[in-house]
Amino acid sequence: MALKVEHEIHQRRKGRNVGVGLMLGAFVVLVLALTFTKITSGDFELPKANEISQ
Amino acid sequence: MSDASYTAPSKETEASLGDYFALLKPRVMSLVIFTAFVGMLAAPVSVHPVVGFASILFIAIGAGASGALNMWWDADIDMIMKRTVKRPIPAGKVQAGEALYLGAALSGMAVMMLALSANLLAAGLLAFTIFFYAVVYTMWLKRSTPQNIVIGGAAGAFPPLIGWVVATGSMSIEGWLMFALIFVWTPPHFWALALFMRSDYDDAGIPMLTVTHGRPSTRRHIFGYTVVLFALAVGTGFTSIGGPVYLVAALVLNTLFLKGAYDIWNRDEVASEVDDYAVERKFFKLSLLYLFLHFGAILAEALLRPWGLGGW
Repeated sequence: MALKVEHEIHQRRKGRNVGVGLMLGAFVVLVLALTFTKITSGDFELPKANEISQ
Repeated sequence: MSDASYTAPSKETEASLGDYFALLKPRVMSLVIFTAFVGMLAAPVSVHPVVGFASILFIAIGAGASGALNMWWDADIDMIMKRTVKRPIPAGKVQAGEALYLGAALSGMAVMMLALSANLLAAGLLAFTIFFYAVVYTMWLKRSTPQNIVIGGAAGAFPPLIGWVVATGSMSIEGWLMFALIFVWTPPHFWALALFMRSDYDDAGIPMLTVTHGRPSTRRHIFGYTVVLFALAVGTGFTSIGGPVYLVAALVLNTLFLKGAYDIWNRDEVASEVDDYAVERKFFKLSLLYLFLHFGAILAEALLRPWGLGGW
């Protein structure tokens, strides 16, 4: 028998936390995909070296 | 606090993830997603699928955030109205303050992310939409004027325009026509609801037209707005977002809608009570189908365009 019996409320909270975690993970993936799409699009230009130094 | 005095939150009062999601008004969000998607596809500029998906998602999150702010502010009247009593705050599952923080945080995140994924104009329009719904409609108009639903309807009308701006980066007559379609559709849709949800708005003290000007006046207003909507919706069929498919759909739907509004206008309360507002309920259901099929027809025209079939 487990030393600490998990209450039903804890299970619900765990489910909620897993849900938030999955959403945050999906958000990171989306930002990554968005960044990749932006920098590989035709109209994306890196600033020139002399512009950065000015 | 001793263990003896501790009472664990019950299953009924402990919020689940679904309760927080319910704060975002998922049904309204689904309409926002659909209309913003149509607005984006109807535009004459193609959008990268990733950018389009992200932009629609952020528009939907922004709309949901304004819904959470609405539920925070309106918690007192939501407890009174039958239609809203099961929402997470009046049901005691979520604290009003939590809705405020969630709404504010998601609003800021959605606007910033839309600026990054699409453009500043689209983000500015989304910020204005959230402000308009949460502050102008919810905090100001809703409890002060029978024109609440007329002016407040603008908040729900912005998504297709924002979708258009995501694609084009600018506003045009077509985007504004899609805005106008929802804007003029909103009052008859909600007034029909107010007619058969008899006591809800009275009990909550919201000055709906049914309360301030009476029910016969509301019936006249529904008919008047439906006439304007007829001209607007059919007229849109002759612009670049319209075409034969849209025009046929608009003619059929607007004729049915006008007939429904005419029937409502020609009924009195006695007749309505006898059949438990059957005509008003039917009109309300039709109004949902009306909007869905109009935007569906605009989408059909946009999808047919690459094959040379859509538009005029």
